[in-house]
Amino acid sequence: MNAGSIKPGSTKPGAMKVVVQSEAFDLGAEVAAISHTRTDIGAIASFVGLARDHNDGSGVQAMTLEHYPGMTEKALAALVDEACARWTLLDVTVIHRVGRLLPGDPIVLVAVASSHRGEAFAACEFIMDALKTRAPFWKKEETPAGERWVDARASDNTAAARWDAP
Amino acid sequence: MSLRVLYFARLRERFGIADETLDFNGVTAADLIAQLQARDGVWAEELAAGRAFRVAVNQDIVALDAAIPDQAEVAIFPPVTGG
Repeated sequence: MNAGSIKPGSTKPGAMKVVVQSEAFDLGAEVAAISHTRTDIGAIASFVGLARDHNDGSGVQAMTLEHYPGMTEKALAALVDEACARWTLLDVTVIHRVGRLLPGDPIVLVAVASSHRGEAFAACEFIMDALKTRAPFWKKEETPAGERWVDARASDNTAAARWDAP
Repeated sequence: MSLRVLYFARLRERFGIADETLDFNGVTAADLIAQLQARDGVWAEELAAGRAFRVAVNQDIVALDAAIPDQAEVAIFPPVTGG
């Protein structure tokens, strides 16, 4: 799409990008890609999750992300669809990495564009909370005591449940 | 009927198998779990009542009382830990 092809005042949603990849991503480039063809966006909220060097009282030297090809993309797209049904969003980008990552490496990016900040913040947090409990990824950590699969956290279920209808 | 069954992460490693095609003569996801538990050993252990695992049918997570259609792609995996 060429710059300027969207008229001022348009609220046409963007591409809604969902990607699973082994390569690193660039937050600045992803945010720029959302906004560079349009001027109706008032807010972009973004989240980047990083690989930590510690977890559950142990050092972590590296981790490997496994996923369920096919279902992963479908599950992420469903989360984005839910967010779009719930808030008025102009664009969403979700990128999740798989494969072996080192401490400090970016794992996941969620960027949400809207006219105003409230919807962008809320939808970004919703997508991350839902991703944590519904997208089929699994982390295996390399620690000084050997390899271990990461257990799901009860706090993630609690965070996701906040968004359920009362 | 015939199902394709996939296993992921810790369960894939514990079972020593990533996927298989199997004959299924039950109706629900719970019936399939019972059929796999009957293999004993690590299958009975990992799929025992109270153990945390998820079942997806044709790439949607389902409850154990969900029916499984013929030729379905079923996946059994631990609770997810991405993000």
